[in-house]
Amino acid sequence: MAEFSLPANSKVGKGKTHAAKPGAQKIVKFNVYRWNPDDGQNPRVDTYEVDMAQCGPMVLDALIKIKNEIDATLTFRRSCREGVCGSCAMNIAGTNTLACTRSVEEAVDAKGEVNIYPLPHMPVIKDLVPDLNQFFAQYASIKPWMQTQSPAPTGRERLQSVEDRARIDGLYECILCACCSTACPSYWWNGDRFLGPAILLQAWRWIADSRDEMTGERLDQLEDPFRLYRCHTIMNCAKTCPKGLNPAKAIAEIKKLMIERRG
Amino acid sequence: MGSKGNYRSPLARVRGLGAAKSGVEHWWLQRASAIALLPLVVVFTAFAISLTGASHAEVAAFLGRPLPAGITILLVIAAFWHLKLGGQVIIEDYVSHEGVKLACVLALTFATVAVGLACILAVLRLVVAGA
Repeated sequence: MAEFSLPANSKVGKGKTHAAKPGAQKIVKFNVYRWNPDDGQNPRVDTYEVDMAQCGPMVLDALIKIKNEIDATLTFRRSCREGVCGSCAMNIAGTNTLACTRSVEEAVDAKGEVNIYPLPHMPVIKDLVPDLNQFFAQYASIKPWMQTQSPAPTGRERLQSVEDRARIDGLYECILCACCSTACPSYWWNGDRFLGPAILLQAWRWIADSRDEMTGERLDQLEDPFRLYRCHTIMNCAKTCPKGLNPAKAIAEIKKLMIERRG
Repeated sequence: MGSKGNYRSPLARVRGLGAAKSGVEHWWLQRASAIALLPLVVVFTAFAISLTGASHAEVAAFLGRPLPAGITILLVIAAFWHLKLGGQVIIEDYVSHEGVKLACVLALTFATVAVGLACILAVLRLVVAGA
Protein backbone atom coordinates (compact mmCIF):
# COMPACT_ATOMS: atom_id res chain seq x y z
CA MET A 1 0.00 0.00 0.00
CA ALA A 2 1.22 3.48 -0.73
CA GLU A 3 2.53 4.99 2.49
CA PHE A 4 1.52 8.52 3.30
CA SER A 5 2.98 8.79 6.78
CA LEU A 6 6.24 7.65 8.31
CA PRO A 7 6.31 4.52 10.47
CA ALA A 8 6.90 5.26 14.18
CA ASN A 9 10.56 4.28 14.06
CA SER A 10 11.17 6.62 11.12
CA LYS A 11 9.77 9.79 12.72
CA VAL A 12 12.51 12.40 12.58
CA GLY A 13 13.44 14.10 15.85
CA LYS A 14 15.49 17.14 16.67
CA GLY A 15 19.21 16.52 16.99
CA LYS A 16 22.29 18.32 18.19
CA THR A 17 23.46 21.75 17.13
CA HIS A 18 27.15 22.25 16.49
CA ALA A 19 27.80 25.98 16.82
CA ALA A 20 30.40 27.73 14.67
CA LYS A 21 33.73 28.67 16.21
CA PRO A 22 33.95 32.24 17.53
CA GLY A 23 35.12 34.68 14.86
CA ALA A 24 33.21 32.96 12.02
CA GLN A 25 32.40 35.49 9.30
CA LYS A 26 29.67 34.01 7.11
CA ILE A 27 27.65 31.36 8.90
CA VAL A 28 25.33 28.99 7.06
CA LYS A 29 23.38 26.39 9.04
CA PHE A 30 23.30 22.89 7.54
CA ASN A 31 20.40 20.80 8.83
CA VAL A 32 21.42 17.22 8.07
CA TYR A 33 19.40 14.01 8.43
CA ARG A 34 21.15 11.54 10.71
CA TRP A 35 20.34 7.90 11.33
CA ASN A 36 22.54 5.24 12.80
CA PRO A 37 21.47 1.59 12.33
CA ASP A 38 23.40 0.54 15.46
CA ASP A 39 22.05 2.80 18.23
CA GLY A 40 18.34 1.88 18.09
CA GLN A 41 17.35 5.54 17.98
CA ASN A 42 14.94 7.29 15.62
CA PRO A 43 16.42 9.49 12.91
CA ARG A 44 17.21 13.11 13.86
CA VAL A 45 18.27 16.30 12.16
CA ASP A 46 21.60 17.70 13.36
CA THR A 47 22.49 21.32 12.70
CA TYR A 48 26.02 22.29 11.77
CA GLU A 49 27.06 25.92 11.58
CA VAL A 50 29.70 26.31 8.89
CA ASP A 51 31.76 29.43 8.21
CA MET A 52 31.44 29.77 4.44
CA ALA A 53 34.38 32.19 4.40
CA GLN A 54 36.52 29.13 5.15
CA CYS A 55 34.69 26.64 2.90
CA GLY A 56 34.41 25.79 -0.80
CA PRO A 57 31.28 26.90 -2.66
CA MET A 58 29.45 23.58 -3.13
CA VAL A 59 27.23 21.67 -0.70
CA LEU A 60 29.68 18.75 -0.93
CA ASP A 61 32.51 21.07 0.15
CA ALA A 62 30.48 21.91 3.25
CA LEU A 63 29.69 18.24 3.98
CA ILE A 64 33.36 17.30 3.68
CA LYS A 65 34.29 20.21 5.94
CA ILE A 66 31.71 19.06 8.49
CA LYS A 67 33.05 15.51 8.41
CA ASN A 68 36.70 16.64 8.61
CA GLU A 69 36.39 19.37 11.20
CA ILE A 70 33.12 19.10 13.13
CA ASP A 71 31.66 15.59 13.21
CA ALA A 72 33.56 12.61 11.80
CA THR A 73 30.52 10.33 12.29
CA LEU A 74 28.57 12.01 9.45
CA THR A 75 28.25 9.45 6.65
CA PHE A 76 27.70 10.15 2.96
CA ARG A 77 28.90 8.87 -0.42
CA ARG A 78 31.14 10.98 -2.61
CA SER A 79 33.83 10.41 -5.16
CA CYS A 80 34.47 12.54 -8.23
CA ARG A 81 33.26 15.93 -6.85
CA GLU A 82 32.43 17.09 -10.41
CA GLY A 83 29.04 15.62 -11.34
CA VAL A 84 30.32 12.56 -13.17
CA CYS A 85 30.10 9.66 -10.71
CA GLY A 86 26.64 10.23 -9.22
CA SER A 87 27.69 9.11 -5.73
CA CYS A 88 26.70 12.22 -3.78
CA ALA A 89 23.04 12.28 -4.91
CA MET A 90 20.86 13.48 -2.04
CA ASN A 91 17.88 15.69 -1.29
CA ILE A 92 19.14 19.25 -0.88
CA ALA A 93 16.70 22.09 -0.16
CA GLY A 94 13.82 19.83 -1.18
CA THR A 95 15.29 18.77 -4.51
CA ASN A 96 17.14 15.61 -5.43
CA THR A 97 20.50 16.64 -6.82
CA LEU A 98 24.25 16.14 -6.57
CA ALA A 99 25.90 17.76 -3.57
CA CYS A 100 29.01 18.42 -5.67
CA THR A 101 27.28 20.48 -8.37
CA ARG A 102 24.73 22.32 -6.18
CA SER A 103 26.17 25.52 -4.73
CA VAL A 104 25.42 26.48 -1.15
CA GLU A 105 24.26 29.85 -2.47
CA GLU A 106 21.53 28.14 -4.56
CA ALA A 107 20.52 25.79 -1.76
CA VAL A 108 20.33 28.21 1.17
CA ASP A 109 16.82 29.25 2.22
CA ALA A 110 15.53 32.60 3.49
CA LYS A 111 16.62 31.72 7.04
CA GLY A 112 20.21 31.11 5.94
CA GLU A 113 19.82 27.33 6.30
CA VAL A 114 20.38 24.34 4.01
CA ASN A 115 18.28 21.22 4.56
CA ILE A 116 19.92 17.95 3.53
CA TYR A 117 18.19 14.55 3.51
CA PRO A 118 18.93 11.22 1.82
CA LEU A 119 17.22 10.40 -1.50
CA PRO A 120 13.50 10.04 -0.71
CA HIS A 121 11.63 6.77 -0.12
CA MET A 122 14.68 4.51 -0.18
CA PRO A 123 15.83 2.34 2.73
CA VAL A 124 18.58 4.22 4.58
CA ILE A 125 21.82 2.42 5.40
CA LYS A 126 23.21 5.31 7.48
CA ASP A 127 22.74 9.10 7.47
CA LEU A 128 22.76 10.23 3.83
CA VAL A 129 23.53 6.79 2.36
CA PRO A 130 20.50 5.08 0.74
CA ASP A 131 20.32 1.38 -0.14
CA LEU A 132 20.48 1.32 -3.95
CA ASN A 133 20.67 -2.49 -4.36
CA GLN A 134 17.23 -2.71 -5.95
CA PHE A 135 17.96 0.24 -8.23
CA PHE A 136 21.11 -1.36 -9.60
CA ALA A 137 19.44 -4.79 -9.86
CA GLN A 138 16.80 -3.08 -12.01
CA TYR A 139 19.59 -1.62 -14.11
CA ALA A 140 21.11 -5.09 -14.56
CA SER A 141 17.69 -6.49 -15.48
CA ILE A 142 17.47 -4.40 -18.67
CA LYS A 143 20.82 -5.82 -19.86
CA PRO A 144 22.56 -2.48 -20.31
CA TRP A 145 25.09 -3.57 -22.90
CA MET A 146 25.09 -3.93 -26.68
CA GLN A 147 23.45 -7.18 -27.76
CA THR A 148 23.90 -8.47 -31.31
CA GLN A 149 23.28 -11.55 -33.42
CA SER A 150 25.63 -10.70 -36.27
CA PRO A 151 29.28 -11.35 -35.46
CA ALA A 152 31.57 -8.42 -34.76
CA PRO A 153 33.26 -7.16 -37.94
CA THR A 154 36.92 -8.03 -38.14
CA GLY A 155 39.50 -5.30 -38.07
CA ARG A 156 37.11 -2.50 -37.18
CA GLU A 157 34.38 -1.47 -34.78
CA ARG A 158 30.64 -1.63 -35.49
CA LEU A 159 29.90 1.43 -37.58
CA GLN A 160 27.25 4.02 -36.83
CA SER A 161 26.22 7.07 -38.88
CA VAL A 162 26.62 10.52 -37.40
CA GLU A 163 22.81 10.82 -37.30
CA ASP A 164 22.41 7.49 -35.51
CA ARG A 165 25.08 8.47 -33.03
CA ALA A 166 23.20 11.72 -32.37
CA ARG A 167 20.13 9.69 -31.30
CA ILE A 168 21.82 8.66 -28.08
CA ASP A 169 22.77 12.22 -27.15
CA GLY A 170 20.85 13.13 -24.01
CA LEU A 171 20.85 9.44 -23.04
CA TYR A 172 24.45 8.31 -22.69
CA GLU A 173 25.16 11.20 -20.28
CA CYS A 174 23.05 9.58 -17.54
CA ILE A 175 25.27 8.83 -14.54
CA LEU A 176 22.74 6.66 -12.65
CA CYS A 177 22.69 8.89 -9.60
CA ALA A 178 19.04 7.85 -8.93
CA CYS A 179 17.87 11.46 -8.38
CA CYS A 180 15.06 11.01 -10.95
CA SER A 181 13.80 7.61 -9.84
CA THR A 182 13.66 8.65 -6.19
CA ALA A 183 11.79 11.85 -7.16
CA CYS A 184 9.08 9.85 -8.93
CA PRO A 185 5.86 9.15 -6.96
CA SER A 186 5.19 6.09 -9.12
CA TYR A 187 8.61 4.76 -8.09
CA TRP A 188 7.85 5.56 -4.44
CA TRP A 189 4.59 3.57 -4.47
CA ASN A 190 5.60 0.75 -6.82
CA GLY A 191 9.40 0.78 -6.98
CA ASP A 192 9.49 -3.00 -6.56
CA ARG A 193 7.82 -3.48 -9.96
CA PHE A 194 8.08 -0.15 -11.82
CA LEU A 195 11.57 0.25 -13.31
CA GLY A 196 11.60 4.00 -12.73
CA PRO A 197 12.81 6.85 -14.95
CA ALA A 198 16.57 6.26 -14.71
CA ILE A 199 16.39 2.61 -15.73
CA LEU A 200 13.81 3.26 -18.46
CA LEU A 201 16.03 6.02 -19.88
CA GLN A 202 18.85 3.47 -19.94
CA ALA A 203 16.55 0.90 -21.57
CA TRP A 204 15.72 3.46 -24.27
CA ARG A 205 19.44 4.28 -24.65
CA TRP A 206 20.02 0.69 -25.89
CA ILE A 207 16.82 0.53 -27.94
CA ALA A 208 17.82 3.80 -29.62
CA ASP A 209 21.34 2.57 -30.38
CA SER A 210 21.50 1.65 -34.10
CA ARG A 211 24.15 -1.00 -33.41
CA ASP A 212 21.98 -3.01 -31.00
CA GLU A 213 20.01 -5.90 -32.56
CA MET A 214 17.70 -6.85 -29.67
CA THR A 215 15.11 -4.06 -29.86
CA GLY A 216 12.18 -6.49 -30.01
CA GLU A 217 13.38 -8.53 -27.05
CA ARG A 218 14.05 -5.35 -25.09
CA LEU A 219 10.50 -4.12 -25.78
CA ASP A 220 9.13 -7.56 -24.79
CA GLN A 221 10.79 -7.23 -21.41
CA LEU A 222 9.32 -3.75 -20.88
CA GLU A 223 5.77 -4.56 -22.02
CA ASP A 224 4.19 -4.70 -18.60
CA PRO A 225 1.61 -2.63 -16.73
CA PHE A 226 4.14 -2.03 -13.96
CA ARG A 227 7.63 -2.11 -15.45
CA LEU A 228 6.82 0.59 -18.03
CA TYR A 229 3.25 1.81 -17.70
CA ARG A 230 3.42 3.06 -14.10
CA CYS A 231 4.92 6.19 -15.68
CA HIS A 232 2.13 8.76 -15.66
CA THR A 233 4.21 11.58 -17.13
CA ILE A 234 4.50 13.37 -13.79
CA MET A 235 7.80 14.89 -15.03
CA ASN A 236 9.53 15.13 -11.63
CA CYS A 237 12.35 13.15 -13.28
CA ALA A 238 13.08 15.77 -15.91
CA LYS A 239 12.70 18.59 -13.39
CA THR A 240 15.18 17.16 -10.91
CA CYS A 241 17.86 15.61 -13.20
CA PRO A 242 21.18 17.22 -12.23
CA LYS A 243 22.51 16.48 -15.73
CA GLY A 244 19.58 18.22 -17.44
CA LEU A 245 18.32 15.03 -19.12
CA ASN A 246 14.70 14.15 -19.86
CA PRO A 247 13.82 10.59 -18.76
CA ALA A 248 10.09 11.29 -19.31
CA LYS A 249 10.75 11.85 -23.02
CA ALA A 250 12.76 8.62 -23.22
CA ILE A 251 9.83 6.75 -21.65
CA ALA A 252 7.43 8.38 -24.13
CA GLU A 253 9.64 7.14 -26.98
CA ILE A 254 9.42 3.57 -25.64
CA LYS A 255 5.62 3.89 -25.41
CA LYS A 256 5.53 5.12 -29.02
CA LEU A 257 7.44 2.03 -30.21
CA MET A 258 5.05 -0.19 -28.22
CA ILE A 259 2.18 1.28 -30.27
CA GLU A 260 4.13 1.19 -33.52
CA ARG A 261 4.96 -2.52 -33.35
CA ARG A 262 1.33 -3.54 -32.88
CA GLY A 263 0.54 -2.91 -36.53
CA MET B 1 14.70 -4.89 -0.33
CA GLY B 2 17.59 -5.80 1.90
CA SER B 3 15.13 -7.14 4.45
CA LYS B 4 16.61 -9.60 6.93
CA GLY B 5 15.92 -13.25 6.21
CA ASN B 6 15.30 -12.68 2.52
CA TYR B 7 18.04 -14.48 0.66
CA ARG B 8 16.62 -13.99 -2.82
CA SER B 9 19.05 -11.82 -4.74
CA PRO B 10 17.97 -8.29 -5.64
CA LEU B 11 18.05 -9.34 -9.32
CA ALA B 12 15.75 -12.31 -8.67
CA ARG B 13 13.29 -10.03 -6.90
CA VAL B 14 13.43 -7.41 -9.65
CA ARG B 15 13.01 -9.95 -12.46
CA GLY B 16 10.11 -11.34 -10.42
CA LEU B 17 7.41 -13.06 -12.45
CA GLY B 18 8.65 -11.58 -15.72
CA ALA B 19 6.97 -9.08 -18.01
CA ALA B 20 3.19 -9.45 -18.34
CA LYS B 21 3.46 -8.78 -22.11
CA SER B 22 0.41 -6.53 -21.83
CA GLY B 23 -0.42 -2.98 -20.92
CA VAL B 24 -0.13 -1.42 -24.37
CA GLU B 25 -3.81 -2.03 -25.12
CA HIS B 26 -4.89 -0.57 -21.80
CA TRP B 27 -2.66 2.50 -22.24
CA TRP B 28 -3.78 3.07 -25.82
CA LEU B 29 -7.52 2.66 -25.12
CA GLN B 30 -7.24 5.17 -22.29
CA ARG B 31 -5.80 7.69 -24.77
CA ALA B 32 -8.27 6.73 -27.51
CA SER B 33 -11.26 7.15 -25.18
CA ALA B 34 -9.86 10.52 -24.06
CA ILE B 35 -9.59 11.67 -27.68
CA ALA B 36 -13.12 10.42 -28.43
CA LEU B 37 -14.44 12.31 -25.39
CA LEU B 38 -13.18 15.67 -26.71
CA PRO B 39 -15.70 16.10 -29.58
CA LEU B 40 -18.43 14.14 -27.76
CA VAL B 41 -18.32 16.42 -24.72
CA VAL B 42 -18.33 19.53 -26.93
CA VAL B 43 -21.39 18.36 -28.92
CA PHE B 44 -23.23 17.16 -25.82
CA THR B 45 -22.55 20.47 -24.08
CA ALA B 46 -23.91 22.28 -27.15
CA PHE B 47 -27.06 20.12 -26.90
CA ALA B 48 -27.42 20.99 -23.24
CA ILE B 49 -27.02 24.72 -23.91
CA SER B 50 -29.52 24.61 -26.77
CA LEU B 51 -32.02 23.01 -24.39
CA THR B 52 -31.79 25.81 -21.82
CA GLY B 53 -35.28 26.57 -20.52
CA ALA B 54 -36.86 23.59 -22.30
CA SER B 55 -39.48 21.53 -20.52
CA HIS B 56 -38.94 17.92 -19.42
CA ALA B 57 -41.06 16.67 -22.30
CA GLU B 58 -39.08 18.71 -24.85
CA VAL B 59 -35.73 17.42 -23.52
CA ALA B 60 -37.04 13.83 -23.55
CA ALA B 61 -38.27 14.23 -27.11
CA PHE B 62 -34.96 15.78 -28.22
CA LEU B 63 -32.83 13.03 -26.67
CA GLY B 64 -35.11 10.43 -28.24
CA ARG B 65 -34.11 11.54 -31.75
CA PRO B 66 -31.47 9.39 -33.49
CA LEU B 67 -28.57 11.86 -33.62
CA PRO B 68 -28.75 13.23 -30.04
CA ALA B 69 -29.42 9.71 -28.74
CA GLY B 70 -26.46 8.31 -30.68
CA ILE B 71 -24.13 11.07 -29.46
CA THR B 72 -25.31 10.55 -25.88
CA ILE B 73 -24.81 6.78 -26.01
CA LEU B 74 -21.32 7.20 -27.51
CA LEU B 75 -20.51 9.73 -24.78
CA VAL B 76 -21.67 7.31 -22.10
CA ILE B 77 -19.59 4.46 -23.56
CA ALA B 78 -16.43 6.58 -23.95
CA ALA B 79 -16.81 8.21 -20.53
CA PHE B 80 -17.41 5.00 -18.58
CA TRP B 81 -14.74 3.10 -20.46
CA HIS B 82 -12.30 5.92 -19.73
CA LEU B 83 -13.43 5.94 -16.08
CA LYS B 84 -12.87 2.19 -15.79
CA LEU B 85 -9.39 2.31 -17.37
CA GLY B 86 -8.27 5.38 -15.42
CA GLY B 87 -9.74 4.15 -12.15
CA GLN B 88 -7.94 0.85 -12.57
CA VAL B 89 -4.63 2.71 -12.94
CA ILE B 90 -5.27 4.63 -9.71
CA ILE B 91 -6.14 1.40 -7.85
CA GLU B 92 -3.00 -0.34 -9.16
CA ASP B 93 -0.92 2.67 -8.14
CA TYR B 94 -2.07 2.80 -4.54
CA VAL B 95 -3.28 -0.69 -3.58
CA SER B 96 -0.42 -3.19 -3.50
CA HIS B 97 -2.20 -6.08 -1.73
CA GLU B 98 -3.03 -8.44 -4.61
CA GLY B 99 -6.38 -9.64 -3.24
CA VAL B 100 -7.63 -6.18 -2.30
CA LYS B 101 -6.40 -4.82 -5.63
CA LEU B 102 -8.25 -7.51 -7.57
CA ALA B 103 -11.44 -6.91 -5.57
CA CYS B 104 -11.23 -3.15 -6.13
CA VAL B 105 -10.69 -3.49 -9.89
CA LEU B 106 -13.56 -5.99 -10.14
CA ALA B 107 -15.86 -3.71 -8.15
CA LEU B 108 -14.92 -0.77 -10.36
CA THR B 109 -15.51 -2.81 -13.53
CA PHE B 110 -18.93 -4.04 -12.36
CA ALA B 111 -19.95 -0.56 -11.20
CA THR B 112 -18.96 1.18 -14.43
CA VAL B 113 -20.64 -1.48 -16.58
CA ALA B 114 -23.83 -1.35 -14.45
CA VAL B 115 -24.13 2.44 -14.34
CA GLY B 116 -23.09 2.80 -17.99
CA LEU B 117 -25.66 0.21 -19.05
CA ALA B 118 -28.35 1.99 -17.00
CA CYS B 119 -27.50 5.27 -18.78
CA ILE B 120 -27.69 3.61 -22.21
CA LEU B 121 -31.02 1.91 -21.39
CA ALA B 122 -32.41 5.27 -20.22
CA VAL B 123 -31.51 6.86 -23.55
CA LEU B 124 -32.90 3.88 -25.50
CA ARG B 125 -36.15 4.22 -23.55
CA LEU B 126 -36.44 7.80 -24.77
CA VAL B 127 -35.77 6.62 -28.32
CA VAL B 128 -38.46 3.95 -28.09
CA ALA B 129 -40.92 6.36 -26.45
CA GLY B 130 -40.37 8.90 -29.23
CA ALA B 131 -40.70 6.39 -32.05
